[in-house]
Amino acid sequence: MGEDALRERPDEASATLPAPVLVRLPAHLIVLFPGAERLVSLHAGCVADMMDELDARWPGMRERLCDETPAIRRHINVFVDGRRARLSTPLAPGADVFVITAISGG
Amino acid sequence: MGKQVFLLVGTRKGAFILASDASRRSWEVRGPFCETWPTNHVVADPASGTVYAGGGNEWFGPAVWKSTDFGLSWTHSSQGLAYEAGQQPVKAVWSLAAGEDGSLYAGVEPAGLFRSTDGGESWTHVDGLQKHPTRPEWNPGGAGLILHSLVLDPADRNRIWVGISAAGVFATENGGESWETRNRGTRADYMPEGQNYPEFGQCVHCLVKAPGEGTRLYQQNHCGMYRSDDGGRRWESIETGLPSSFGFPAAAHPRDPDSLYLIPLNGDIKGRFMPEGNTAVWRTRDAGRSWQALRAGLPQGGAYFNVLRQAMATDTMEPAGVYFGTNAGGLYASIDEGESWDCVAPHLPTITSVETLVIER
Repeated sequence: MGEDALRERPDEASATLPAPVLVRLPAHLIVLFPGAERLVSLHAGCVADMMDELDARWPGMRERLCDETPAIRRHINVFVDGRRARLSTPLAPGADVFVITAISGG
Repeated sequence: MGKQVFLLVGTRKGAFILASDASRRSWEVRGPFCETWPTNHVVADPASGTVYAGGGNEWFGPAVWKSTDFGLSWTHSSQGLAYEAGQQPVKAVWSLAAGEDGSLYAGVEPAGLFRSTDGGESWTHVDGLQKHPTRPEWNPGGAGLILHSLVLDPADRNRIWVGISAAGVFATENGGESWETRNRGTRADYMPEGQNYPEFGQCVHCLVKAPGEGTRLYQQNHCGMYRSDDGGRRWESIETGLPSSFGFPAAAHPRDPDSLYLIPLNGDIKGRFMPEGNTAVWRTRDAGRSWQALRAGLPQGGAYFNVLRQAMATDTMEPAGVYFGTNAGGLYASIDEGESWDCVAPHLPTITSVETLVIER
């Protein structure tokens, strides 16, 4: 999707669907899924739905971001409109979502 | 046509594959693979040549990586590699084993066992182990509550042995449905006096099977080295003649059930490095009755490294190759059953595992 996600699409503007959510994914997640892109536009009512949608596009992506608690993985942060979110956090139409890896390593 | 030998190396920063022809004198180092994820174990299915790498990433969780072209390309999956909702999440894959029937097993942290029948694409929890009555009392060892040793019986697909730190050795004879403890005769020096031989709770470090049709096993434990001639029902100490009772890896000879390689360290509370800084692999050729130190070509003096529990292996060549990797990133090889050694890769990341694959080309 890439840059296209930032442009308003005539077909989406005229449809009844609410504005899509814009999701930014970390680079070292993207490399695990051939064809995946950093900037994704999708429709989802909450963060859990967003994970489902990502997993539908790139099977296995939900398991990289969520554990079986179920919860967002401990060292993954999801920010919705600037606030740290959980799987149950609702996504308003047009929400800005950042998926970020915590600082870690050695 | 000729033989090609691969060394499959897991490290804290990805998997590496070293390749050589049958001479084993020159090694091409390939990697790092698996996006430099911490990789605990790399194995191959000798029937297909498929390479599997198991590990876990602090961000993205556990996964088993797969390559069908000796490392040129990789895929990964953890579908089904999870406990039930609400359980403590699976953190990492620690051990892998490919069965002769095409099944693939994965041991994970926190300790549990998973099976794949589709080449690592999806996984099913072998939950009989978790249902063992001792499960609530399993305590983690220093590296966590990990299932790190996974031994399949080529003669019986329903028989599996596992080593769990620090719960001990368990075995199933019915494909994982039910399990029993197999720790009789192994010590737990860290327990109160008079309770040093419990039914479970031993800190097994590495469990290997001797070659052949029998059920002889060898074990490097936190507290001693052991041999069992009856599939682990009774263990006998074989530590007499070794410089300490503490070490991590063990490697069986590919053909001789009486031959075993160990790397004793200087002790569990003295730094856990080579005794007096002198590197030695110790070999028995009489099932642990006597031991010989093998040092030729290995660093003598100033060797303050250790060798982790899955980081030693033999190959199936004649004479057998023996290989080990250190936590300081050195990979050492012997092509004469341990008589002499060469460093074949001096500066890899911390080496967590070494396995071998020999194929006809």
